[in-house]
This record gives sequence, C-alpha cells and structure tokens, in this order.
Amino acid sequence: MSNTVISIENVSKSYQLGTIGTGTFRGDLSRWWARKRGKPDPYQIIGEADHGNRQGETLWALKDINLQVQQGEVLGIIGRNGSGKSTLLKILSDVAAPTCGEVKIKGRIASLLEVGTGFHPELTGRENVYMNGAILGMTRQEVRRKFDEIVDFAGIEQFIDTPVKRYSSGMYVRLGFAVAAHLEPEILIVDEVLAVGDAEFQKKCLGKMGSVAKEGRTVLFVSHNMIAIQTLCQSGIWLNAGHLMEQGDVSQIVTTYLRSSLTEDDISERIWPDITSAPGNATVRPHRISVQPEDGKPGNLITMQTPLRLEVEYWNLLPAVHLHATLHIYNNQGILAFTTSSGANPDPGLHVQPPAGLFRSVCHIPGNFLNSGFHRLNLLLVRGKKPENFKLVDAIGFEVIDNAERKYAWYGKEPGVLNPLLPWETEYLGNRDKVESQSFDGN
Amino acid sequence: MTSQSLIDPTDTWTKIIRPKRGLLDLRLPELWRARELIMLFVWRDFVSVYKQTILGPLWYVIQPVLTTIVFTVIFGNIAKLPTDGLPPFLFYMAGNTIWSYFSSCLVGTSNTFTANAGMFGKVYFPRMSIPLSVVISNLISFLIRFGMFILFLVYFMLSGSVIHPNWWMLILPALMLIMALLGLGIGIIVSSLTTKYRDLQQLVGFGVQLLMYGTPVIYPLSTIKNGILHWLILANPMTPVVEVFRLAFLGVSAIDPLSLLCSAGFAVVVFLIGALIFNKVQNNFMDTV
Repeated sequence: MSNTVISIENVSKSYQLGTIGTGTFRGDLSRWWARKRGKPDPYQIIGEADHGNRQGETLWALKDINLQVQQGEVLGIIGRNGSGKSTLLKILSDVAAPTCGEVKIKGRIASLLEVGTGFHPELTGRENVYMNGAILGMTRQEVRRKFDEIVDFAGIEQFIDTPVKRYSSGMYVRLGFAVAAHLEPEILIVDEVLAVGDAEFQKKCLGKMGSVAKEGRTVLFVSHNMIAIQTLCQSGIWLNAGHLMEQGDVSQIVTTYLRSSLTEDDISERIWPDITSAPGNATVRPHRISVQPEDGKPGNLITMQTPLRLEVEYWNLLPAVHLHATLHIYNNQGILAFTTSSGANPDPGLHVQPPAGLFRSVCHIPGNFLNSGFHRLNLLLVRGKKPENFKLVDAIGFEVIDNAERKYAWYGKEPGVLNPLLPWETEYLGNRDKVESQSFDGN
Repeated sequence: MTSQSLIDPTDTWTKIIRPKRGLLDLRLPELWRARELIMLFVWRDFVSVYKQTILGPLWYVIQPVLTTIVFTVIFGNIAKLPTDGLPPFLFYMAGNTIWSYFSSCLVGTSNTFTANAGMFGKVYFPRMSIPLSVVISNLISFLIRFGMFILFLVYFMLSGSVIHPNWWMLILPALMLIMALLGLGIGIIVSSLTTKYRDLQQLVGFGVQLLMYGTPVIYPLSTIKNGILHWLILANPMTPVVEVFRLAFLGVSAIDPLSLLCSAGFAVVVFLIGALIFNKVQNNFMDTV
C-alpha cells in the first residue's frame, strides 16, 4: 500500500448552474434586498423554458470519487464529454478545489491540461520555452540543460528566434508539447492535448509518453482515442456523469465503456412482425434485418476481427418472381464501402421458380475485413434484373471497434474504407550489394 | 469530510488538496520558490511591451516627458495653477513620476484574475507571483522615469532655478514601498472582487483618474486651505507620498512629513486585507470567473 502516490478520498465537485450572481454588484444587491423583503427575485426570467438547470441548482461534476494510484501506474481515464474527466484532472492539478473530499499526492506533479500555457505571442520560441518551462515548474538550469532536446523534439530549429505569433498552429502545439514532454515529474497528468497536431507528431507524443511510463513514472492520461489508451495504459477508470463506474484492466474498461456508449443509431436488428404493417409494396415486404457476430452473441462488441453474419428476411408476395437482397454498406464518412448482393450466388432451386412466402438471405462478412468506425446499411430488395424494387435507407447500423490487435507503431485509425488482412510474404534475398548497416540511417 | 484513510499513516504526502484553505495559509514558501518565475514574468512584461516598435524602450522616456509637457501647457500655462513657485515643468514631472508608479501598480494588478484566467485554469503556480511581478516591473519603469526626472532637475538647477533637494531624498525607498503596498493591496482587492463583479474593472480606470485629482499631483497642497476639501485631501494616503517626494527633491511642500506614518500604516492594513481576500479567492475563482 505504501506505493500509493495519489490517493483520492471521497472527492466531489459541484458547480452552480446558470449565471453566478447577476454579474453586477448592483444586481446582487437588489436581489438580496428583494429576498429580504420576501419579494420575488427581480432578475428571475419569467416564462423561460425549463432546461433542467434552473438558476442556483448545483451540478455534481464529480461525486464521491475514491481512487488510489500506484507508483508507476499508467492510468487511462475515459468517459463521454461532460463525465468529469477534466474536472478530476483540474482538481489533481490544484487548479480547481474540490467541493468536498481530499486528495493526497506524493511527489512532484506536472499537469499538461493544455499545451503552450503562458506562451506570449510577441516573444520568440526561445523566450517562450523558458517562460513556459518556468510556469510548468522547471528551473532555469533545467530548461537550459534540455533546451536543445526540446527544440529538436519540436522540430523547429530554424524558427526558434521568431515570435510565436508567426508560428503555424502546428508549430505552436509542437513547441508547447516539447517543453512539457521534457519535464521530469514523478507524476504526469495529461489531458486530451494530443488531438491536435498531425499524425506524425501524435505518434511522437504518444511514443514519448510511453517512454515516460517505462521510466517508472506515474501517468494519468485522458483521451477519447481508445487505441492510444489501450496501447499506453495498463489500467483504466471509466467516469460517467461524475461517478466512477468501473476501474480495472484497461481493455476491460474500454469494452464496457464502448458498449455503454453505443448510440441510438446503433440498431443491430429491425423486425417488422406483421406483414400488413411492414413497409414495402405489392411485390415485397421486409420482415427482419439483423447483424450479429458470427459466434452468435448479439450483445458482444464488434471488433475489426469479428466475423459478421447479416441476415435479411423478406416476404415475397408474388410467386415466380426472382428477388434478391442487396446491401449497401457505408462507413461513418458516408462513403459507400462496398455493396454485396444475394443475387451473386442465388440458391439454384429457388432461382428457377421461387414460390411466394418468407425468405431468408444470409451474408457472411469475414473478420479482418472492415475498417473501424460506425457503419450503416441500406437494404435493397431487387426484383430480377429490374431496377430496385424496395429500398430502406439506414436499415441498421453497427460500430466496428479497433481493439488495437493489429497495431505496430501507429495509434490512430487506419486510413481507407476497408482494412482487410491479406496474405503477405517477405523473404530475404541475400546481401548481393554488400549493404552495410551503417550506410543508411533508418531514422 | 470523512477521510478514513487506508494508507499507512507513516507515509509522507508532499501535497494535500482540500476544499478550503486556511485563511492564513498564504503559502509563502511556495511563493519564495517561485521567485525565478516572478522574475521571468517581470522580464516578459518588460520585453513584450515594446516588441515590434521602432523606438522600443525609448517609449519609457518619451511617454512621461510628453505627459509632463501636456500638463505644463494645460495646467500651468492655460489654467495657470500655482506651483509653489517652482518651475512648472519640474513640478508636474515630479508629481507625474511618483503618481504613475502608484497608478500603474494599481491598474496593473487589478485584473490579475480576469486577464490570466486562461493560464490559471490550466496550471498551478502561486497566483500571487503575477501581481508581484507587476509591482516589480513597474519599479523598473519608475526608475527610468525617475532617472529622466533627475536629469531635468540637474538641468534646471544648472540653469539657475531655485530648487533645494535635501536629505529627505533618502526616504524615497520608503515612499516606493508605501506605494507598492497600497497599489498592490487595492489592486488585488479589486482583482479578487472582479471575479464576481466585472463593474469594478470599469471603475478602476477612471477611479484612478479621479483619485489623481484628489491627490496634490497637478496642484500643490498649499493651495487648498479651506475646510472640508483640505481634510479630504489630507485623508488621502497618497497625499503625503506625493508631497514628501516634492519636499525631498524640490524642497517645497506644505505637508507635515510625519503624516507619512499614517500612509504607511494604512498601506500595510490595505495590503494585509488584500492578501487575505486574494488568498481566499484564488482557491475557487475558477468556478466563478
């Protein structure tokens, strides 16, 4: 137990909703005077729609949080927007005081809630490095010692004596992170600051955080990038509406969190039980469409590795009419990823002379094929070679989660509509050209 | 607050964050450790103001001279206010030099919380380091103005004006300290209150202007002889400071130098009240600012 470096005990934080006071001394005074005489508040807005956050009500941004963080632990903090993640970090950084409870910290703590805090636009990069370093708690000697490293990390050598107001936003952020990355605290608190910067730099930042963690320092990391969280952290906590929902192994936490945050669009099954009320027309009416993992547990999360089973059931109302189901699968950017149709390999028996009645077509999407993200499906029921007969837009939708199983060095979402696992072969062709290991600098 | 700790009590915590801080827990050791940061703020204030200007630091000299010229023309030549028989230019320059230190300290510290809310919301460092840095960087610009004043003083003396600088000059550091405490004290009280009431921000600008007219800056104390006005101006803690400064460097004043003690006492009290309020507000201002 003596390895605990952060001990959070019964911490709660409340905020007052609405305007605090009337904003002016006169307003507060007349409100106070009205209350004294038992008159209604002259500043109350009459007839305003009740948004559930009436004046003076309190919102608990954090409620009874208890948490122990061990030395060397890399803890990921996840949760939706407004779940209290940033509030928790602010309390730990001593920027906002808790409403009740107590936090005890052992060791030097540095928090990175924002990059480039205190940068002055008129000062040069060099001057701002010293300024920012001092604000974050570095001594001048420390900054001087690490100055070259910082500039090198930010990759802005030729601009270091230019005022930062002339920097591109990327350069600004790079310099800001570089300073913070060279702090040597025992505890590092990082908010979602890595959402900025290009992919290359994000990789560098996460790599740096990984190495900080390997040095045995304690890191608290808030991010919406589940891949980064899972790659960097061993343990995690999930906050929801100010409550600590769960803590433990990071991949477990991420799975629970993602399952809870599936959106309303995420409909894995749609059924029209009654033929008369089902949409459609005189030829065809859908009965059911569903997507589920091939192993048949509907509640399971769909990861990039999960083979999927898409089922379409429909009523064919006219005998001897050839119908087939076509699926258009769109990714979250609205790009049509691919289409597939049951007409491609129809059942030969049914194809000749299909009777009227209920049909089921099943499509198997292999694992390691789709890319991560939300997918939505359009269902088309097509009659023979004629144009579409029935079309249902956004019939179902499902989220494909990247559980970082096939990650090598990249923490972001893979580009591309699909991300199939294809067979690759690599062989050694000998060293005919006498390539020496020093002749090329790999990095 | 129920904090039934499971932790080994022998553990030593380096930092404990609680909802409320003691009223007198001013965290002075922390402030002392932040001295390097304070000096960096001073340097930043000083350097950043005149970046990308042609005349650069020369503005520290031009501004007071121009103000003095304007004062001399308007109050001396047009309004023909008396100057205790002193050369009007020197008279106004003395008042302006000393007054500008107080007013810049007050104005500069009065927006500590609102102007730095962005930074305060992201990083913890002793909040007091910001107003302290303002007071120090204003001291530097005061010294430049003061140097100018001395140059003009010597010039006027060499060209035959009747001026009597005397041993009261040695009290200058005490005058500076009184003004620093007073300016800082009022400034941090205002900055603490502006986290809730922005009105005060409006008040500060012209309030300082009004206060200047309530202080013998553009007129000598000797011209105000009658009744209430006289007592009002004597009650102003800045009156002895300005008058003693003139007494020391120009040799003429109607003030009893002992009244400086009242100013000093007042300044200390204001500063202590300011420090307490500031300390109370800094803990939770992020929720209201």
